[in-house]
Amino acid sequence: MWRFTVLRVLQAIPVILTVITLTFFLIRAAPGGPFSSEKAVSPQVQAALEARYRLDQPILQQYFSYLADLAHGDLGPTFRYPGRTVDELILDGLPITAELGFYALMIALVLGVTAGVVASLKPNTLQDYVPMGAAMVGICMPSFLLGPLLVLVFGIWLQWLPVSGWGSTPGDKLLPSITLGAMYAGYIARLSRAGMLEVLSQDYLRTARAKGLPEYVVILKHALRGGLLPVVSYLGPAFAYLLSGSFVVETIFQIPGLGRFYIQAAFNRDYTMILGTTVFLATLIVVFNLLSDIAATWLNPRLRYQYKQ
Amino acid sequence: MAHVIFGINLTLAIPAVPLMHSHETILKASALLLLSLLLSACGGESGGREARVDEGIRLGVLHKGNGAEPQGLDPHTTSGIPENHIITALFEGLVSKNPQTLEVEPGVAESWDISEDGLSYTFHLRHDARWSNNDPLTAEDFRWSWQRAMTPALANVNSYMFFPIVNAEAFATGEISDFTQVGVEVSDPYTLQVRLRAPAPYLLQLFDHHTTYPVHRATIESFGDPSDRLTAWARPGNLVGNGPFLLTEWEVNSRLRIEKNPRYWDSAAVQLSAVVFYPTENLTTEERMFRDGQLHYTEDVPIDKVPVYLRNEPDLIEISPYLGTYFYIVNTKKAPFDDVRVRKALALSIDRQLLVETVLQGLYEPAYALVPPGTLGYQPPQVFEYDPEEAKRLLAEAGFAGGQGFPPFEILYNTHEQHQKIAVTLQQMWQQTLGIQATLLNQEWQVYLDTQKNRNYGVSRRSWIGDYVDPNTFLDMYISGGGNNYTGFSNARYDEIVLHLAPRTADRQQRYTLYKEAETLLMNEMPILPIYTYRSKHLMSPCIQGMPENIMDWITWKYVYLECPAQ
Amino acid sequence: MTTADLQVIPRGVSLWQDAWTRLRKNKLAMAGLVFLLLITLLCLLTPWLVAYGYEQQDLRLGAVPPSADHWLGTDTFGRDQLTRILYGGRMSLAVGFIATAVALLIGVTYGAIAGYAGGRIDNAMMRLVDMLYALPFMIFIILLMVVFGRNLLLLFLAIGAVEWLTMARIVRGQILSLRQQEFVEAAVSLGLGPVAIVWRHLIPNALGPVIVYTTLTIPNVMLLEALLSFLGLGVQAPAASWGLLISSGVETMEEYPWLLIFPGLTLTLSLFALNFLGDGLRDALDPRTAKD
Repeated sequence: MWRFTVLRVLQAIPVILTVITLTFFLIRAAPGGPFSSEKAVSPQVQAALEARYRLDQPILQQYFSYLADLAHGDLGPTFRYPGRTVDELILDGLPITAELGFYALMIALVLGVTAGVVASLKPNTLQDYVPMGAAMVGICMPSFLLGPLLVLVFGIWLQWLPVSGWGSTPGDKLLPSITLGAMYAGYIARLSRAGMLEVLSQDYLRTARAKGLPEYVVILKHALRGGLLPVVSYLGPAFAYLLSGSFVVETIFQIPGLGRFYIQAAFNRDYTMILGTTVFLATLIVVFNLLSDIAATWLNPRLRYQYKQ
Repeated sequence: MAHVIFGINLTLAIPAVPLMHSHETILKASALLLLSLLLSACGGESGGREARVDEGIRLGVLHKGNGAEPQGLDPHTTSGIPENHIITALFEGLVSKNPQTLEVEPGVAESWDISEDGLSYTFHLRHDARWSNNDPLTAEDFRWSWQRAMTPALANVNSYMFFPIVNAEAFATGEISDFTQVGVEVSDPYTLQVRLRAPAPYLLQLFDHHTTYPVHRATIESFGDPSDRLTAWARPGNLVGNGPFLLTEWEVNSRLRIEKNPRYWDSAAVQLSAVVFYPTENLTTEERMFRDGQLHYTEDVPIDKVPVYLRNEPDLIEISPYLGTYFYIVNTKKAPFDDVRVRKALALSIDRQLLVETVLQGLYEPAYALVPPGTLGYQPPQVFEYDPEEAKRLLAEAGFAGGQGFPPFEILYNTHEQHQKIAVTLQQMWQQTLGIQATLLNQEWQVYLDTQKNRNYGVSRRSWIGDYVDPNTFLDMYISGGGNNYTGFSNARYDEIVLHLAPRTADRQQRYTLYKEAETLLMNEMPILPIYTYRSKHLMSPCIQGMPENIMDWITWKYVYLECPAQ
Repeated sequence: MTTADLQVIPRGVSLWQDAWTRLRKNKLAMAGLVFLLLITLLCLLTPWLVAYGYEQQDLRLGAVPPSADHWLGTDTFGRDQLTRILYGGRMSLAVGFIATAVALLIGVTYGAIAGYAGGRIDNAMMRLVDMLYALPFMIFIILLMVVFGRNLLLLFLAIGAVEWLTMARIVRGQILSLRQQEFVEAAVSLGLGPVAIVWRHLIPNALGPVIVYTTLTIPNVMLLEALLSFLGLGVQAPAASWGLLISSGVETMEEYPWLLIFPGLTLTLSLFALNFLGDGLRDALDPRTAKD
């Protein structure tokens, strides 16, 4: 297992490097640039701007100096906010997005797994239909619809919770977390129900039941381990995708998180910011997919064999 | 201030929470039903907290929605509207704007003399003007700041504003590097002389633009090369200004706070103790924040909310004419639009009145020329009106009777809900009146800019917001080969008026007559199809005083105060 | 497929027939199927069913609630909403099914190969998936539009290209765990080739999560289509899709609630139907269900 983990961490380096390289050249292929504006900019000003950001150098030289800076942990100055660095902005936004994502996933896991397990125990009965119906509503309702609905009801009509902000008024973290978590909860509920049904019909559970183990032991100790496998496969990318997924929620609730930088950088052609957030996202994906694979192995002893080979 | 309607505005992700009215119950019921499914276990704390706006009124703190997150606060490197709202509070130029009339009034300069020939300006600076760190503010500060603002390496997009000054253009483009050759002279610590290469009747207004604001030399130099735009001098704790307010807090994408500057020369007149700016890229979020008592003043109002506010809460909404025009440009070098009759047919078949009344909720004024009416007394010519019969006739004359044989074309616009609404409506109007088929083509902001610059379009939407209150800020866009003229329009007489005749005419009325002639030439050739004149719209607490409406949507912060009208 | 293969699993031939028999007994699933067929038919026949064009404006009329003339009301341009929902359904259903099919095809094949091959091949294939996850999506879309222009086929491919990744991860996880089971060893010892083992033994056993994830992908795809269309890749105004109708309905949900409720209801009902059908299919295809 250790060997496997170390190997995977080492493999992350070429993965991330490839992502950087592809992104670096792709964004320069996109039309427009960080300095285009509706109002024409004089050629002298354009040239001076390009010189300041080293865009006048040959592209390969730009690429290698970017990598050299990156090796020192320097993601460069952002084009959009002169005087600020990409590192600084990422470090500012990260804790907020991470906190939002954490709450959302906790909500999603608790609600989703509970609903999925409950539904799987009595398939095709009311006990199945009600939680699964709720899950479907969560899936059908995109955050750009759910967020404003929640705000309308709890912020404007009932006046219980603030309509925007993060950490400035008590309770302002609740609505964004629910909005972001709802969709994930729906997915997790559906996946865990399916996984559980798969496992519950398997022979080793019949054996466990036959041995006279109490039902909750059968469910919690034996069934859950295998039944959550699809959820775990899904969770890896889901974790990492919170970064882009939180964009909509951060916009609706005016939250100063990383998701907004990630999406807006692309529209602003803020080259360094696009690269910075992408490097960051790539790292997250590698890490969470690794964690998810490790968790899958732990949940399913059969897989361990695979890594011993 | 370049026009900033962001292509980035993902309206899709930007939902709305409108005001209450008759359909409320249906929605409320269905929303509650859906939500109770999802959230049966969710509780929350009850009200009772003091709304931010009420606390603000008590403490003299104004909370303002400010549109996009400010990119920076260096007066010499920024060019956006959100930045302008803040920079004008942190710095002050030689002159300042009267928010009522938009005419200039004394700022750092107590008074000024203009020579007979209009080529020399002498500014007398007030002796009590100080920097926020208590350093005295002198004429040398202006000279140094302007040198910095024009230094090519700083890449100030607004450096062209100095070009009426002798040799400013040569210095800013790097032809000369000796700033003493530029027509800016310090005769004594409180006297600044400016010499012009040609008269510029709107010059005084430029001394109120942030690109001519003074910046604090010692502070900037302590952060490195003054011509490096990437230093951190304009951050809280670092920034030293000379305006009525001080920068005290700035959390990116969250809030920016300024507080009263006790060292400002006119601080006795400043009544607010602080202003907090919130980035509100999302209009509907901004509207909800206003309704939730988080904002006194919004940067904008979602268009569908306007009639609801007008009907239910007319005291809370302020709508006023704005120095901007929404129009379409036509590529005059591309068949069939190279025929002026085709361009006219397009212009004459747009029922602007209907468009404005229905799709635009009665918010804007139909436009028939480029310059907005009422630009300090200027009235643009109207050379045409809505005339579908004449439009059909012109199209037939151009060889496309009833639209027969007219090649299909694309209406280009940048991705935005509002632009789409107008494009869809024009598409239908052109099809019904002229029988011609257009398809819509929306592009992401940067791609759209690229397509226009490369003249790779037939018909495209465009808009322009004036930098200063003078027809020139609109008309100089369409000089031959102008950097913003993507239409291919070129007319010698037009160029002569805009570039040479009008700037040399000191008398305002005579100048306007010349501009009117130029604009008539432009509209007879119809490289642009004017659609409507902008209006600025804000949600505004009735407790805000001293913020009169004006066509530049300009706020002079030192006059603003909070006082609720007696019930 | 050889006769030898058929003999290995005696019920092989009748798997789909069996499933169909079982599916028919599932009332909810059949209701879902009927609903979906009905709505698809309605959308296909729209031009002959409705009195208005989807682009036909009546600006003076504006947005009005449901009436005898306009059963589901009109939007701010005075366009008939029923017409627009039905036309929009063509786009949404097409993108929902085609893009999902693309994602399904790539994802299942890729995941199955990686899972069955295991070891280095699996590792290399999954690292490629990691890379694709990390590429900035917006830039990808902007470039696609610039290079290829507006193109419906491209839209389907773009969406499929994004959505297959998670499918591949899920399938691979399932196959990896299944391939250690006894029946695979039995099949190998019987001399079956890898293709036959994956296709006839592993994939059918992994179908449960695949079907469920597919039913989850369809709503995702439909909403993604709205985003891409809004950005300019996909349907172009004045045409619409369900996702676009909903996202613009959200903007005016209190002034004109019918502009959100009806498209929202249509989408939700269709997805519910799809979901019941998906669950029914899953149960019907599960080889073990028969034993119960």
